[in-house]
Amino acid sequence: MLEIRNLHVNVADQEILKGLNLKVNAGEVHSIMGPNGSGKSTLAQVLAGRASYEVTEGEIIFEGKDLLGLAPEERACEGIFMAFQYPVEIPGVANTYLLREALNSIRKYRGLEPLKHVEFAKLAKEKMGIMGMPDNLLKRSVNEGFSGGEKKKNEIFQMEILEPKLAILDETDSGLDIDALKVVADGVNALRNPERAFVVITHYQRLLDYIVPDFVHVLVDGRILKSGGKELAFELEDRGYGWVEEEAGKAVNN
Amino acid sequence: MSVDLEKLAEQEYKYGFFTDIEQEIAPKGLGENTIRMISSKKEEPEWLLEWRLKAYKHWLTMKEPQWAHVTFPPIDYQNISYYAAPKTKDRPKSLDEIDPEIRKTYEKLGIPLDEQMMLAGVAVDAVFDSVSVITTFKEKLAESGVIFCSISEAVREHPELIKKYLGFVVPQHDNFYAALNSAVFTDGSFVYVPKGVRCPMELSTYFRINAESTGQFERTLIIAEEGSYVSYLEGCTAPKRDENQLHAAVVELIAHKDATIKYSTIQNWYPGNAEGEGGIYNFVTKRGRCVGRNSRISWTQVETGSAITWKYPSCILEGDDSVGEFYSVALTNRRQQADTGTKMIHIGKNTSSTIVSKGISAGHGQNTYRGLVQIGKDASGARNYTQCDSMLIGDKCGAHTFPYIEVKNSTAQMEHEASTSKIGEDQIFYCQQRGLSAENAVSLIVNGFCKEVFKELPFEFAIEAEKLLSISLEGSVG
Ligand SMILES: Nc1ncnc2c1ncn2[C@@H]1O[C@H](COP(=O)(O)OP(=O)(O)OP(=O)(O)O)[C@@H](O)[C@H]1O
Ligand SMILES: [Mg+2]
Repeated sequence: MLEIRNLHVNVADQEILKGLNLKVNAGEVHSIMGPNGSGKSTLAQVLAGRASYEVTEGEIIFEGKDLLGLAPEERACEGIFMAFQYPVEIPGVANTYLLREALNSIRKYRGLEPLKHVEFAKLAKEKMGIMGMPDNLLKRSVNEGFSGGEKKKNEIFQMEILEPKLAILDETDSGLDIDALKVVADGVNALRNPERAFVVITHYQRLLDYIVPDFVHVLVDGRILKSGGKELAFELEDRGYGWVEEEAGKAVNN
Repeated sequence: MSVDLEKLAEQEYKYGFFTDIEQEIAPKGLGENTIRMISSKKEEPEWLLEWRLKAYKHWLTMKEPQWAHVTFPPIDYQNISYYAAPKTKDRPKSLDEIDPEIRKTYEKLGIPLDEQMMLAGVAVDAVFDSVSVITTFKEKLAESGVIFCSISEAVREHPELIKKYLGFVVPQHDNFYAALNSAVFTDGSFVYVPKGVRCPMELSTYFRINAESTGQFERTLIIAEEGSYVSYLEGCTAPKRDENQLHAAVVELIAHKDATIKYSTIQNWYPGNAEGEGGIYNFVTKRGRCVGRNSRISWTQVETGSAITWKYPSCILEGDDSVGEFYSVALTNRRQQADTGTKMIHIGKNTSSTIVSKGISAGHGQNTYRGLVQIGKDASGARNYTQCDSMLIGDKCGAHTFPYIEVKNSTAQMEHEASTSKIGEDQIFYCQQRGLSAENAVSLIVNGFCKEVFKELPFEFAIEAEKLLSISLEGSVG
């Protein structure tokens, strides 16, 4: 589904991603872990198409298409969704309004009729229920005055409505209480199916108890230094990232 | 693919067509003869002609105001025609007598004049260049005692009210453009709501400039007697032309005891092209007097058109407990310039005023908020809340604010909030990530920014305003 080859990315003229490779197949859940500032969010933003992140080398193929040639909204319409690490507030724009516009824009791209108000309201209500979010969060302005946890839940709520092919969750677990964590994980698990893939960025092995990944990758200084199964997450939790770097360092030196 | 906020494409102005009909257009030039001609065309009484001539003499001694944050080449007042009207034998008495071309024009503008086809509950006065071509639902309104007609008709039919109230709020010598208007005003609307009556319909006037090289000098007068209520809305459009045309209006509102006047404007005059050629100069004096206790005047304006806007809808709060409100959205794109705001003059006790101003600048647009809040020495317990927000789209535009506050009574409570922000690249990206184009994202974010003002508009017009804003923003992102 997704293949990233030798990706180099500059932010503000500084190289952040330094030759990253990653392959994600449909139906898989990949977790990306790594120290602060290692480039995890950068990767997510580049996949979503943020203009300020400059790709200097490498390629990204999504479902056979050259992803880097597509505008952010085209990527969204092709089925890429990113749950933001820091969701932005949009004053005066109702949460439900943005989401309906978004869904209908995606539907239009796919040649589908726009969803009518009532149909959308029904869908939104159902998903709100699943997420255990109070109704008023729909009417309120996008993320404005939402608590940290509410913002994160709202991202997952949007994901459930938009039903992407590839969902990238950037530290969606940070700031969530334990109940909310379960709700978010349930939301993700409910969407897991053979056609859909997830890239889950997190610092905590705890999330992976709920969303069990097929692969865990360690991103350090702009490169994936180690990949493994879910047991790698436990090892990282125990030992930190130092040993991964050392191991990789030896490999380079040898 | 990047969001290039600087790139500015030519947007399409939907209302830029010209109606080819036979018109009677006065020769260019301004003098006492011009004024006599206008007055006689309108079959005005002698006193009104004298009133006009007095204004004219005063105007000759005045200079154009220079303090506004706008620039334009000097206007040659002798190079303007001051009267243009469709040629008809008589004043049309019913719809059937109106030139079909004019009816078509209004249909194209989305304002069908046929009462059956109109928005339910909205009466329209249609002003075409210098004359009102029709006023709808007059009879129905008359049943509740409401007078709604053109100001020319009011001069003939209700001279006592005109004599009493013309210039009651904006004196002839008030300012350069008001004096000019007092001398040469042609048409506009007249509204009189009698005591205790809640006007059963929305009233509206649709101003259309059509003829070339003419100025439009609108004069509107709204009087709300004790305990009455009226909501009035005006809309404006003009053809696309290379020349600049002047629209210099005077609007006067009078609210008596316990009366409320709600006045909304959706101003969409031709804004000129991307190079700043053409477009309307919208130099307007709008003011209301809350003369009675507990009266209220509320101005809501959505200003998206015009090459230059110079406009400060104001409230003089004379009656105790009276309320003045000003809700404004002003958008300048391309080379547009707007210098707009309000004056809230607190004279009575416990008077209160609210100002909410949202300025949006895109392209090379220059947007200025200019406001005065004045608390007189007897205005104990006066309150004002001012919120003044500017949004910039791109980096070639400008936002400026000039808030003036004069307080002569120590019990006044003043609150002032101001913000200037660039439209967030992160907000646009967030919307794009959810599937919206950059253009739709900008329009969504800007509409959200203006929400507090739009919610003051009558419902049908709020939707209209949102659409208009989106159209006016076209080309502000590439
Ligand atoms: N706009 C920017 N300007 C300058 N530097 C930036 C910018 N965005 C990111 N960076 C830098 O790029 C590096 C990688 O940032 P990134 O957000 O990808 O890290 P991360 O792995 O997600 O970290 P965390 O775990 O703290 O979220 C950091 O050093 C950061 O300071
Ligand atoms: Mg991060």
